[in-house]
Amino acid sequence: MTLNLTEKDYAMLRGDEGAAKKIAMSIIVRMAEISNAENLLSIVGAHIDSTVYIGDAGLEFAEKLASLGAKVAVPTTLNVSGIDEHHWQEWAVSSEWANPAHRQMIAYQSMGTSPTWTCAPYQAPTKPAFGDQIAWGESNAIVFANSVIGARTERYPDLFDICCAITGRAPAMGLHLTENRAGQILFRLLNISTELQKNDVFYPVLGNLIGKLALDKIPVIDGLQIRPTDDQFKAFGAGAASSGGVALFHVVGITPEASTLEDAFHDNEPAQIIDVTMDMLRESRQALNHTNSSKLDMVAVGCPHLSLVEYKKLASLVKGKEKHPDVQFLITSNRAMTQLAQEAGILPLLKDFGVKITVDTCSLTSPMLPPEIKKMMTNSAKHSYYSPGLLGKDVAFGSLEDCVNSAVAGHIIQDESLWKK
Amino acid sequence: MEKIVLEGNIVVSGEAVGVALVANEPLSFWGGYDQKTGEIIDRRHILSGKIAKDKILAIPFTRGSSTTTAVLLDAIRAKTAPAAIITTDTDFFFALASIVADELFSSPLSLVTLNENDFAILKTDDEIQITNDGKVIISR
Repeated sequence: MTLNLTEKDYAMLRGDEGAAKKIAMSIIVRMAEISNAENLLSIVGAHIDSTVYIGDAGLEFAEKLASLGAKVAVPTTLNVSGIDEHHWQEWAVSSEWANPAHRQMIAYQSMGTSPTWTCAPYQAPTKPAFGDQIAWGESNAIVFANSVIGARTERYPDLFDICCAITGRAPAMGLHLTENRAGQILFRLLNISTELQKNDVFYPVLGNLIGKLALDKIPVIDGLQIRPTDDQFKAFGAGAASSGGVALFHVVGITPEASTLEDAFHDNEPAQIIDVTMDMLRESRQALNHTNSSKLDMVAVGCPHLSLVEYKKLASLVKGKEKHPDVQFLITSNRAMTQLAQEAGILPLLKDFGVKITVDTCSLTSPMLPPEIKKMMTNSAKHSYYSPGLLGKDVAFGSLEDCVNSAVAGHIIQDESLWKK
Repeated sequence: MEKIVLEGNIVVSGEAVGVALVANEPLSFWGGYDQKTGEIIDRRHILSGKIAKDKILAIPFTRGSSTTTAVLLDAIRAKTAPAAIITTDTDFFFALASIVADELFSSPLSLVTLNENDFAILKTDDEIQITNDGKVIISR
């Protein structure tokens, strides 16, 4: 298959529009050829995961583009960075890490982007609309944009997202195209109580399970009795995009491309049907624990970044309670949601409880946790999935209520009542 | 010694030789690959604890984080990357790391795909040679 380019694409490729666009377009064209795309399409927005600091190579790439005068061609938000820009000294971050991580922030900010520093760009009022063609990085953001909003992005990696933003173009392939958005595997919820479905804790557990079974396929979930909140979708998608490579899911009768089962599958038969039972969910919940004791050093919530609604929920849970002195309580969020929480007057309540707030980054992308933190607890499937490998720390999983109760008690408490039936 | 020749499809061409490290389970490099040492660090993965540096890594595809590309690119620069990666389908995340490594350091990583039947022939500790035209030659 040959790749057809427009005159403007060729102009960028030749370097007529500057050296930065030339590099970006050259990378896009090579990737489009590898992917057998027939042409490129125009995007209306981008979200840049390349901001996550890994090491010298990613920094070199960012600074090279910046030094060549790269500017984004479409509205572009930025993912988490390697440090909380103004508060990293309060944590165990070394200046050897902070300095290059900060240079990487400056490089991406210099390109005319919005310095949102968040893995949850869909919380912003500027989020994309149904049908928008976009180029997003960050696995949890990709799956949310595609599935809950119905915008269209491929599962883009770091370094490519910025090439799309600079040129305003992306390969016409994968999830950009209607024919590739049909469901592939049907998951039927069997005898899962509405009480459990209403509870936040159901969604990371279900996401972890579906990701593991669907891998890189498009799952369709049938049998949800309620419409999940945005935060529940966030937790579900982040889980499914960690244990698997899910970039799009449909929920029959709920998500925008699945008003019926037939719609979700584009009138095709599912390639596979899997019945989801309580036993499978219990096993998935158990797999999110990676610890063999009830010891607890830190509770971490806000993976992906805590929303205003979650801030409020947490505030109501900690009200009148006292945190155990041996347990730290970490919130990771972005500046926008934290500002709204401030305006809502709930930060003093959280701070009285002893919560610490980190913005711009998180405990997975910044080496902020001191070595004495060995046992963590989280309400996030994504955090639970990655922390043993990335941080070398033990992790327990529970609901937000479990997290607060554990922080008060000083050891891990997990409410089993919802999971017994 | 047994010799098997498989016809692979080139994603990014390049000769490579090394010992195979094979899993039939996808992997995220972010949280799954230590670019300082080349160790597989996903503690839930079957290859957890194995060193993939200079090996021929064979996994069906990537899962999870979009930061996989940045981790692989950093590993290529730090010379802790696998000698080549074999997948069952073109993996966009790996391909991009290889192409950016070519653009930045002129050192692309060899990437080849095998169909699922041929992929299933691969075994950890096979000696593998990948040729410029995408042949995967196994000696065991």
